[in-house]
Amino acid sequence: MNISTGDKIPNNVDLAGDKVLQRALEQWQPEFLNWWADMGPEGSRTNDVYLRTAVSVEPSGWAHFDYVKMPDYRWGIFLTPIDGGRKVNFGDHKGEAAWQDVPGEHRANLRRIIVTQGDTEPASVEQQRHLGLTCPSLYDLRNLFQVNVEEGRHLWAMVYLLHRYFGRDGREEAEALLQRRSGDPDNPRILGAFNERTPDWLAFFMFTYFTDRDGKFQLCALAESGFDPLARTTRFMLTEEAHHMFVGESGVGRVIQRTCEVMAQHKTDDPARVRALGVIDLPTIQRYLNFHFSVTIDLFGADVSSNAATFYSSGLKGRFEETRHGDDHLLRDATYPVLQVLDGHLQVVQAPALNALNEKLRDDYIKDSIAGVSRWNRIIQKAGIAFELTVPHKAFNRKIGPLAGVKIAPDGRLVSQEEWAARESGWLASESDREFVASLMGRIATPGAYANWIAPPAVGINKQPVNFDYVRFG
Amino acid sequence: MADPMTAEPATETPVPVDFETHPSRYRHWRLSFAGRVATLTMDIDEAAGIRPGYRLKLNSYDLGVDIELHDALQRIRFEHPEVATVVLTSGKDRIFCSGANIFMLGLSSHAWKVNFCKFTNETRNGIEDSSAHSGLKFLAACNGTTAGGGYELALACDEIVLIDDRSSAVSLPEVPLLGVLPGTGGLTRLTDKRRVRRDLADIFCTTVEGVRGQRARDWRLIDALAKPQAFAGYVEQRALALAAASDRPAGANGVPLPPLVRKARTDGFGYAHVDVKLDAGRRIVELTVAAPEDPGPASIDDILKAGANWWPLKMARELDDAILNLRTNHLDFGLWVLKTRGDAGHVLAAERQMLAHRGHWFVRECLGQLRRTLARLDVSSRSMFALVEPGSCFAGMLLEIALAADRIYLLNQPPGEGGPVLTLSEVNFGLLPAVHGRSRIDARFYGDEPQIAAARAAIGSPLGAESAGALGLVTAAPDVLDWPDEIRMALEERVSLSPDALTGLEANLRFGPGENLDTRIFGRLSAWQNWIFIRPNAVGESGALKVFGTGRKAKFNRDRI
Repeated sequence: MNISTGDKIPNNVDLAGDKVLQRALEQWQPEFLNWWADMGPEGSRTNDVYLRTAVSVEPSGWAHFDYVKMPDYRWGIFLTPIDGGRKVNFGDHKGEAAWQDVPGEHRANLRRIIVTQGDTEPASVEQQRHLGLTCPSLYDLRNLFQVNVEEGRHLWAMVYLLHRYFGRDGREEAEALLQRRSGDPDNPRILGAFNERTPDWLAFFMFTYFTDRDGKFQLCALAESGFDPLARTTRFMLTEEAHHMFVGESGVGRVIQRTCEVMAQHKTDDPARVRALGVIDLPTIQRYLNFHFSVTIDLFGADVSSNAATFYSSGLKGRFEETRHGDDHLLRDATYPVLQVLDGHLQVVQAPALNALNEKLRDDYIKDSIAGVSRWNRIIQKAGIAFELTVPHKAFNRKIGPLAGVKIAPDGRLVSQEEWAARESGWLASESDREFVASLMGRIATPGAYANWIAPPAVGINKQPVNFDYVRFG
Repeated sequence: MADPMTAEPATETPVPVDFETHPSRYRHWRLSFAGRVATLTMDIDEAAGIRPGYRLKLNSYDLGVDIELHDALQRIRFEHPEVATVVLTSGKDRIFCSGANIFMLGLSSHAWKVNFCKFTNETRNGIEDSSAHSGLKFLAACNGTTAGGGYELALACDEIVLIDDRSSAVSLPEVPLLGVLPGTGGLTRLTDKRRVRRDLADIFCTTVEGVRGQRARDWRLIDALAKPQAFAGYVEQRALALAAASDRPAGANGVPLPPLVRKARTDGFGYAHVDVKLDAGRRIVELTVAAPEDPGPASIDDILKAGANWWPLKMARELDDAILNLRTNHLDFGLWVLKTRGDAGHVLAAERQMLAHRGHWFVRECLGQLRRTLARLDVSSRSMFALVEPGSCFAGMLLEIALAADRIYLLNQPPGEGGPVLTLSEVNFGLLPAVHGRSRIDARFYGDEPQIAAARAAIGSPLGAESAGALGLVTAAPDVLDWPDEIRMALEERVSLSPDALTGLEANLRFGPGENLDTRIFGRLSAWQNWIFIRPNAVGESGALKVFGTGRKAKFNRDRI
């Protein structure tokens, strides 16, 4: 099915052929726009932003680039085309035809999965809404806005599923997605990490690198779902998500590159001197990394979880690249290693593999995120600086699961409360680190100009030059 | 002896369950006091289950958690008379309580489940008992997800406030998630107490995620909603409002409850006023309650000075502990022979003081303790025969023990020749209602006025075999020659019968016509639950309770029975 772009709501799901659904979504649309006006990027309504808009679900040429005012962005509903022969590929229903409707017995769990995923999308827009005021360049401002509008579209994707497949309950949940507010103590977003502010651009780049990568892995696991509409929706979302992680990886990389340039130029590795030169010292970048990495891996949930087991066995949520695993895809008797503190030591114990699926996904995620960190280290090496960024031990700074109650150093040592208290500010970004980073933030809004603390990108967006007028202020 | 939790047949001797504890030893609750309000904060230590093999995640509870709750309630009743409202809340983030631990239920034997549910039911009924009789009000401050037994605990409170954070819901997911019932009174309180319309209750009890926000109020599942930032303030305001209507004395000093002294012997255990003799060969328990040594204090000041040593309280606490011990740790002793010993005059003297000072908070609490303890007898799944022998003192409040029994045997020997007697008192006519809410005399005679009036006319008279028999207070009265064999044969015959059939028989006969919330919980709800608890659909290899949390799906036999 082609995308019908002429409709009020662009879509490739034949919305015009389902009047009830169309009316419901058209009623939700103004509420979404009100939410965007209230909670979307601050002070951006009249800007003309050079954005990509999804116009097709074909891998080649799915996006169209042009200037658009964000409130006029064509948020729509796009699903990867249906594959008539698709099966449920894991769990008790393995081998059955994939479901095109919600099986009654899995209604509650599916709804919960979709609502939890959906809630993170507007949450991150809310977390990032002040960042535009301190953008380091028009290029970065445009990237921020691109991420924001696409998180908005991902919200649409989840809302479509709720409206189309979950009846009145689904409509109520769709409304609640617009009513919760990140960081509002009276009305918080569902997951803790999505109630934290994204206070500065280094945090934004770390968030898009680490936390949006959690999004990628969650979406990958859902893209395996036996509930076909969810699988098809999340598959297309992954296409968009790749750009968000690119923004994160290249953003952090450019910060590192600029710092290294300044360090080489002034032949110093003294963090205080580096700071005085107006760039972010590498130890501070490491502490930001430690924070975002550890907070993000908590998002995968408890190491041993009955929900994870149920979601898998019911065919609702698979593993990362499920079909590439050479096992039975049932996992009934398999085990998987998880960490526990036993007799004062961190130890590996075997848990039932079904219950340990959160841990499995977390491990896959860690492998993936380490790769980008190595690419950052190559920038440092190239500049001839003896410093290596590392990801902390996965037991470090955990707030969920059995490791929540213990203190583990970034190198995996179990440490005392006292040692933790004494060294925490060396391990995690402190208030003063954040104050320093905040002090560098100032709005650069001239084409081709870049803040002192970040290098320009190697290439622009959509083959445009780096001094392109990515945002025009109306 | 088999561990009632894990094994049906005997394997090794487990650590017996002890129902005694103290706030200094709590692992799961924090008890704090601020003027008229006590706050009981549930903050369960995952690693501190009473039996091995499961973790108490998400503020889920087991018997150990409930033993602490029961103890905390007792401390508030007696040691903190200034407290008028108890706020029940959680120390965990975004979770109030997720109910009984499912892995514990999956691991435990049928007997353990049934006993656990009975005790938790009694504790929750005790909350309502204190609200109805002692001016102690309860407020459930549900500051997060309130699921299953967590919501059932909230239902036992006078008011339920739910946090309105667009996430936290109240739910009873037992049917869809576990294939069992919300069996700690939940189902009954939805209908009988909160009057939730039954079609809505049907939806509520089959919806895993429960109901939150305004709909929870509209459906009468909760009383109020409060936003997170307004929550503490609202809870405090409601707690104080409930306290304002209470007649608990603001300025009074409490009566400390020292640990009970329970002495173990090879053939049983004993306390100051209660003795338990275990006849292992015949699986019969001889439970003897002793009268006070003297008439006891007469003034309220002296009663307060005696405090926890005042006979009615001490005896009731000991009896309570003995019943709980026998029920949990001595499953295969199916017959309890109930006896008394001592001077009936002293019993009646203590009772007169109770009546004279029953308006005083402490005496009222002692009466409450007696009422709740005797109510445990009503719902104990044991045969109970009272033996009225020479030297016994079944008078007034102690006569209730006999009236709670399934049969009363009285030795037919003229009182003038040292024969035993029963003595009725005012207390037998409504002050110590049984679980069904009526006096045991009233229930015994099915409310028949002439028979009740005749009994009332006999208040204070020592009643031997003839007069007690005429009033219908005695099952059989063998004479001295027949007594030993008659009693021996009655006991031997009883213990030879099917324990299951006897439990069912007794539960039916003890509760006559007319139901209330409590009898519906112990009868209809518990009976169905206990049936479901032994069905393969719940506890078979692929039963819902067994496979919960493993990712395996329950397999049901689809026949409706």
